[in-house]
Amino acid sequence: MLHMTRYLASRGMQTIVTLALMSLVVYLLIGLMPGDPIDLMVSGDPKMTSQDAARLRALYGLDKPLLDRYLAWADQAIQGNFGYSRSFNQPVLAVLWPRLLNTFLLAGMAFVSSAVIALPLGIWAANHPRSWADYLINLFCFAGISVPPFWLALLAITLFAVALGWLPAGGMADVRPGTGFLQALGEQLRFLALPVATLTLVQLGGYTRFMRGSMIEALRQDYVRTARAKGAPERRVLWGHAFANALAPVLTILALSFGGLFSGALITETVFAWPGMGKAIYQAILDNDYNLALVGLLVATFATILGNLLADVAYAWVDPRVSIGETA
Amino acid sequence: MIRRFLCLILALSAFAVPAFAKDELVVGMTQMPDTWNPVISAMLAKSLINNMAARPMTAYDANSQLVCLVCTELPTIENGKARVIDLPDNGKGGGRKGMEIDVEMRDMRWADGVPVTAKDVAFTLDVGKHPLSGVASSEDYRRILKLDVHDDRHFTMTIDRVTFDYNAIGLSLLPAHIDKPIFDANPAEYRNKTAFDTDPTNPGLAFGPFRKVEIVPGSRIVLEQNPTWTGERPHFKRIVVKIIENTAALEANLLSGNIDYALGELGLSLDQALAFEKRHKDKYDFIYKPALIYEHIDTMLDNPLLADRRVRQAILMAIDRKAISDKLFEGKQPVAEGPISPLDPMYSDAARRYPYDPAAARRLLDEAGYGETKNGVRQDAKGGRFSIEITTTAGNRVRELVAQVIQSQLKQVGIEVRIKADPPRIFSEQLNRRQFSGLAMYAWVQQPQGVPRTLLSSKEIPSAENGWSGQNYPGYRNPAMDAALDDAERELDVAKRKALFADIQRIHAEDLPVLPLFFRVDPFVIPKPLKGVVPTGHLNSSTLWVEQWRWEDR
Repeated sequence: MLHMTRYLASRGMQTIVTLALMSLVVYLLIGLMPGDPIDLMVSGDPKMTSQDAARLRALYGLDKPLLDRYLAWADQAIQGNFGYSRSFNQPVLAVLWPRLLNTFLLAGMAFVSSAVIALPLGIWAANHPRSWADYLINLFCFAGISVPPFWLALLAITLFAVALGWLPAGGMADVRPGTGFLQALGEQLRFLALPVATLTLVQLGGYTRFMRGSMIEALRQDYVRTARAKGAPERRVLWGHAFANALAPVLTILALSFGGLFSGALITETVFAWPGMGKAIYQAILDNDYNLALVGLLVATFATILGNLLADVAYAWVDPRVSIGETA
Repeated sequence: MIRRFLCLILALSAFAVPAFAKDELVVGMTQMPDTWNPVISAMLAKSLINNMAARPMTAYDANSQLVCLVCTELPTIENGKARVIDLPDNGKGGGRKGMEIDVEMRDMRWADGVPVTAKDVAFTLDVGKHPLSGVASSEDYRRILKLDVHDDRHFTMTIDRVTFDYNAIGLSLLPAHIDKPIFDANPAEYRNKTAFDTDPTNPGLAFGPFRKVEIVPGSRIVLEQNPTWTGERPHFKRIVVKIIENTAALEANLLSGNIDYALGELGLSLDQALAFEKRHKDKYDFIYKPALIYEHIDTMLDNPLLADRRVRQAILMAIDRKAISDKLFEGKQPVAEGPISPLDPMYSDAARRYPYDPAAARRLLDEAGYGETKNGVRQDAKGGRFSIEITTTAGNRVRELVAQVIQSQLKQVGIEVRIKADPPRIFSEQLNRRQFSGLAMYAWVQQPQGVPRTLLSSKEIPSAENGWSGQNYPGYRNPAMDAALDDAERELDVAKRKALFADIQRIHAEDLPVLPLFFRVDPFVIPKPLKGVVPTGHLNSSTLWVEQWRWEDR
């Protein structure tokens, strides 16, 4: 327990240092990109004069050196003030929070559904190698991995929204006050169905292939052969021996995907008009919205680091041979 | 790839069954507004929605005529409500002429019941003029020297100059009863604390036919009828505006019935609308409204190759703009002959024109000293190749196509063109800093009867000294043009002003610092039962008359 606490504290410190360095690098990179927010304003408003431009640069602090601006931002960030989004005129966290929830909802549902489908599918394929079903699953997996998400998204919209009219083509549900819980839930799910299905199909192939490969490897091990020789039932061999050992690398992959639950799926969000993190970060970079882009990227970084940590912990949890926080 | 699927979508769309609600309209558009505060910044997406919930004092209608929306009568010299005066010698305008304008406001109320008064006008001016308020363009506010409030609905404005657009009072009012305490508390924080962003569904922010009742950032804005609106009763009880940034997805939403109508000003692209029309003429009305959006090519006059106006004239004559319009836009996009649109009352057809004439272009290039040709490319006497770069915005498929056609057509007269497509922010930076080397293709957006001062005056050449402001990116200098621009701005007599505008267009056509291409059209794809949508073609959008929109025969 002490080892674990020490390990987590050490990883926590590493996370803080990484985030601080990331914030500096991202701030400087965004700042070094051509143009500033006032340039964009000038090009969009013919009435803006040189005095207006100079006044606004001073007001937004853009007339100061980049490093000074970063230090001023960092000073405020340490106090919990991450600044205002220039594009939305709202505190950055107020802009990001609903998008973070939207992305988590979309990516989380896709993550769960793809994992729930992929793991049994991979196990089944591993247990029936070179069968026609295995070939079919492999074909399906490669298709899922190879198909561009925008293509799949447009195909889904074409079929289910335009041709059949079963599902909305995009956006979020417009739930009016007074709508019953179940009706509201149903409406939300209708709008989530196509983007979740698209993301699920895209992720499914990879997860299934990982599970299949890991399971095949486990089924070749001596302990599996021994278990079978001892007359253990096939179900026990499969789930009790092989699966438990095959799960460790797959869990690592799944945990590493955790970061994606918060950083958003830009293409899917754009095609389905789903206001999530991917779109917000991308647009913030295009619009020179320093604060929003920076904090959005830091959230994504933090989620990735957390995913790594979860992967390590999960690995130790499923594989008793691995322990964390102990030196050899 | 996207386009192929779009075609598939279009083909399958015959099965779609749009579901309309009688007193509700669901519209889509491709951009989410930034701040909702109407004076902080100018943005089309914002004004499209804000125009449903509030009105500027005056606006240009669909015929480009100035009309009163919050005032009762347009103040003019003729009706005695505007007059030229000597400005008092108070250190700001001493010895100069200015104007006084009397305004009477309509009897209107904010949606929380508080009357819209001259106090709101005064507060709006205070915000607009304050150096820390964060207002992007303060020129319209700064020119108002004084505001004399006579009572709640009457005031007199004194402006610091004699100008033809004295009565174009595009003020979008701020509610003093809500935002003034916020502004007074800390003007520097006003742009972040304004109720338009902290409490955007507050009824006290709207006095138009609708008011915002729900905003889901990046997703939708819901508007419902404003019970205090005193104008024509709107036909719809509720309007939902959905934000769908991808135009292919916007089209799919239209076909699937998820939205009823994509706002013409910020909706489908022209090529999408043209393809859409072929398949859905029976369900939708199509209006291609020429807009005051001027697609053109800036020439970098610091480049010796482009400094000679005969070369610029030759380039324009070597580009077959009509063929480009016919082939790429099915002739819907009218060819431009200069910066003033034929729809603008100030348009003159007397300026020189440049029809496609490659033979004449070759003669002019010969005269300019580029008579020798090597490997199909012209050379000057020292053997320097006539090779120039054309820069445009990456991702704008139409502009990239036009650039390719221009490259091919200029090759016919011996000019080598290298195409460079930059992301918009980099393109914009290069324009602002005058860092493009040859030609730069993009668009200007203009107001009806607007004097193109920032574009053509020698005082508007961006430089480090003026903070890179102004939009005279070619670096054009002509005292005759400067004089015509100044005079046109000051001239109150319409006939004389029109003559000065004719001078501007004539000088421009001779010098050609900018090569005119097309006036862009806004494609309005309107479902047949939806009536009352009247495209304007300028920045005062069709949503200013949203109360006239209605379903008929559904």
